[in-house]
Amino acid sequence: MTASLAGLLPDVAGHFGRYGGRFVPEALVAALNQLDAAYRHAMADEAFQAEFGALLRDYAGVPSLLYRATRLSESVGANILLKREDLNHTGAHKVRNVLGQALLTKRMGKRRVIAETGAGQHGVASATAAALMDLECVVYMGEVDTERQALNVARMKMLGATVVPVTSGSRTLKDALNEALRDWVSTVDHTHYCIGTAAGPHPFPAMVRDFARGIGVEARRQCLDLTGGLPDAVGACVGGGSNAIGIFHAFVGDEGVRLYGFEAGGEGISSGRHAARFSGGTPGVLHGTRTYVLQDDDGQTLESHSISAGLDYPGVGPEHAWLHDNGRASYLPVTDDEAMGAFQLLCRTEGIIPALESAHAVAGIIKVVPALREELGREPTIIINLSGRGDKDVETAGAYFGILK
Amino acid sequence: MEAGFRAAGRKLLMPYTTGGLTDDWVEYLRAFVAAGADAIEVGLPFSDPTLDGPTIQEASDAALARGTTARGILADVTGLDFGVPLVASTYYNLVAHDGPERFCAALRDAGFAGLIVPDLPLDEAGELIAAAEAAGIELALLASVVTPAPRLAQIAERSRGFVYAVSLMGTTGERREVDAASAALVERLKAVTDRPVLHGFGITTPEHAARASRAADGVIVGAALVRRVLDGAGPEEVGGYLATMRRAIDQGA
Repeated sequence: MTASLAGLLPDVAGHFGRYGGRFVPEALVAALNQLDAAYRHAMADEAFQAEFGALLRDYAGVPSLLYRATRLSESVGANILLKREDLNHTGAHKVRNVLGQALLTKRMGKRRVIAETGAGQHGVASATAAALMDLECVVYMGEVDTERQALNVARMKMLGATVVPVTSGSRTLKDALNEALRDWVSTVDHTHYCIGTAAGPHPFPAMVRDFARGIGVEARRQCLDLTGGLPDAVGACVGGGSNAIGIFHAFVGDEGVRLYGFEAGGEGISSGRHAARFSGGTPGVLHGTRTYVLQDDDGQTLESHSISAGLDYPGVGPEHAWLHDNGRASYLPVTDDEAMGAFQLLCRTEGIIPALESAHAVAGIIKVVPALREELGREPTIIINLSGRGDKDVETAGAYFGILK
Repeated sequence: MEAGFRAAGRKLLMPYTTGGLTDDWVEYLRAFVAAGADAIEVGLPFSDPTLDGPTIQEASDAALARGTTARGILADVTGLDFGVPLVASTYYNLVAHDGPERFCAALRDAGFAGLIVPDLPLDEAGELIAAAEAAGIELALLASVVTPAPRLAQIAERSRGFVYAVSLMGTTGERREVDAASAALVERLKAVTDRPVLHGFGITTPEHAARASRAADGVIVGAALVRRVLDGAGPEEVGGYLATMRRAIDQGA
């Protein structure tokens, strides 16, 4: 049942059950319709798929490896397979989405892309795709994030993008989205808004998922080749949720495969300083979509907190809200400290420095392994989506561990 | 509200202010009425006003920082008679948070006649249209310069009170000129509906107001007034500026 549902959703207006949809000014509706038509056409167009596939293969280094992490497995007590999206060009899964959207931008005859970014990974990916395809690129980034991700700001500028620090609100990802939407409503005739995650108004949640779903398609095939079977579980971190939905989607129909999304528990749910929309939020409407949102008793969006800029967002992609409510996926919080413990463990056991976002996925899986082992009566086989590499986080992690002042 | 608009016998002027922006924010509403307002739009501030430019963003932030809530704004005007209809405007999350039925009932109980939700396009509006109708709240829908013809007719048909003609591609805020595309939008709307059409976004000067209200049935003025409130102007001063707009409209139309 879930398989067919996953194939059918969203509905034609972009709803995943009660979530999703399109809550935008009337001025953007025509552009979203145009984008939806271009996306649907591209999905069915062999020429587009061939071009997209060739770019991913020849330019981005896709398919990424599925790597059996032996020493981490011993340490955790499970067979851990890492989907190495950190090895993609630009260092994260995000390159898949931006290449797809940049191709669509060209197809729609637009010459400018705008993007929001939190950790900077999507901004770098957007700037990269824009350079490759000769598009003008403007990236909105919360001022707080420009400070904690200064290296990525420099990367974007090197690639020819303009980076606009956003000084309104909490000066993080949500405010960057606000500002990008304000730009878009003024420039939509020649500008494409390259949203970086599987959220926002329809068709973005479905479209970004479809550009990222190769992660799961590859991982599923690679797991069958490597182990002769499907994994017992798949885990990913969930900010907006593009890497998670990208790896989940191919497994939604495999009922024996448990799906775990790990959101940022920050300093703990009870502290109020977190980005755990499912543990600490309620359904609402933010940035064009109906989903789980961190909000107060008056419906005002609450500021999120996480050591990881990429998870520091008070909303979440609507398909995750749907998978949460119907129980197909489990969403659990992981605190800053737990994530940093896993970060260090992965560094020391596998020689891999993960993005802080991805460290949340590793930490979350470490937490669920004991119960899973008990349930199965054996060591579980688990795929973790290692969505990005940690080069951008060296400063944050160095300060956390007292290595850098 | 719509019946009153049709019977007004003059071009309509709907000033906006952000609810709870100052302690004496209700006094600004009285000043608007004295200046010749035909209705007043009261913004219920939201933390993420994606369709607002810097002025109304600043006002929303300032109101929220003072501890303003939608409930508090409603309480402030409950039982008061301004002699003109009050129209609430806010983003859909505040509606969804209470649920459309409870939200509309609360508006009605506070004395509001209408509602504007700029991030709720026609396609998602069904639930709120029904709830507003049940509560006797006139939900005005927004039309854009890029809205295609068949959809424009649907928006006008399902709108209540008036149709909000968003005159430019952009956010709210002061502008130098009235956007050239706005007259065409108003004309296209007038061709498909006899409902009042109000021109909003960017109306900054009395000249703008006069020019825009030639084609439209009236204008909505927001940021130009809110800017003055933020800069410290009292109700009388802001009302005085609005009165110059009233005169320009009446003379120019």
